[in-house]
Amino acid sequence: MSSRDLAMHELSVCQALLEQVATVAKSHRAQSVSRIVLRIGPLSGVEPQLLQAAFPLARGGTFAATAELVIEDLPIRVKCEQCGAETDATANRLLCGRCGDWHTRLLSGDELLLASVELLEAEEACATPVAAT
Amino acid sequence: MCDTCGCNVTPGNAHLAHTPNERGESAVSVLSSLLTANDQVAAHNRAHCDTHGVLALNLMSSPGAGKTALIEATIDALKDELRIAVIEGDLETENDAARVRAKGVPAHQITTGTACHLDAHMVHEALHHLPLAGLDVLFIENVGNLVCPASFDLGQHRNVTLLSVTEGDDKPSKYPVMFRAADLMLLTKTDLLAVLDDFDTKRAEANLRALANPAPAIQLSARKGAGMEHWIAWLKQEVRDQRHRVAARVSLRPAIQPDGAKLHQSFGQWRIRG
Repeated sequence: MSSRDLAMHELSVCQALLEQVATVAKSHRAQSVSRIVLRIGPLSGVEPQLLQAAFPLARGGTFAATAELVIEDLPIRVKCEQCGAETDATANRLLCGRCGDWHTRLLSGDELLLASVELLEAEEACATPVAAT
Repeated sequence: MCDTCGCNVTPGNAHLAHTPNERGESAVSVLSSLLTANDQVAAHNRAHCDTHGVLALNLMSSPGAGKTALIEATIDALKDELRIAVIEGDLETENDAARVRAKGVPAHQITTGTACHLDAHMVHEALHHLPLAGLDVLFIENVGNLVCPASFDLGQHRNVTLLSVTEGDDKPSKYPVMFRAADLMLLTKTDLLAVLDDFDTKRAEANLRALANPAPAIQLSARKGAGMEHWIAWLKQEVRDQRHRVAARVSLRPAIQPDGAKLHQSFGQWRIRG
């Protein structure tokens, strides 16, 4: 596995992200996008640092050409199906932190979410909110 | 009404989604999966397979773990009982599709160029090249890679992850995203265990359990035939289960994905920030 392969993977995630952002921007008749916030868990399979590296390559020529990408890391949390405890875990040890059993359910940690988008309004849209039209 | 295109923002609530600050910026909460577009095509692929009563299996492993050899041996074992087709994913060459076609089974090769995984769009395109009507099983042999393929739903019903015994029994710990996604782990090339002193099948299974994954682990050698009967039994059971599901008009996503689906239901709407 070369870093180039990984970057390819993150690049395709970036492209999917930008398509979704463009849809949000268009539906709000925004001029451009100033900030994109993602929430990513370690078990999503996407590496935040590589996504940050791929983002400037992917954003050129899109609504988000000058946008800032903010990635919020989410913790890995599991709920034990034996003792019911909710505890922290690591990516390759999703065991209950209290009783050690492996029958756990993931509460958080595999997210790959577009959390929010900050839009820069077109000037007329600023004066006239979309709701009024 | 859907979660991605904004069509659930109506004239009645749009003002809530649209509150510019003094710099003319407004924040819109989205909270939907980054891979929504892929997931929608994947759902379409799955529905397509369900309509034709086909069980779709996504085979994932590192390069050279024996995915194509497993498919060849499976065709040899089941060609009189089940109708099989194969989608092959590789960066280059038609080699694997040619191997499968030599067994008399339809195969479509996807060459991804530089892409390190298959995605739902590629599989959708490939589905149009295969005669789905009358098929029982569709194998989708993913690009050999223990990292990226795990993140992309293709429209399969089950994930089968192969781990060859020459790779090391700690692979589930090193690649947790991949092995957490497995509905079945196959330990392959077990005929080589006799000459390997550092692969412990029990340890490989324990590392899978440490990912909270209850998937069965089957040991086999596709070349020598040992253990193939357990894999064939699993496969036949899955084909029967798929027929029951199709009759009952229910669909199945790989085991890992119901949680993700729940996440999409609860978060997949536009959250309006006042």
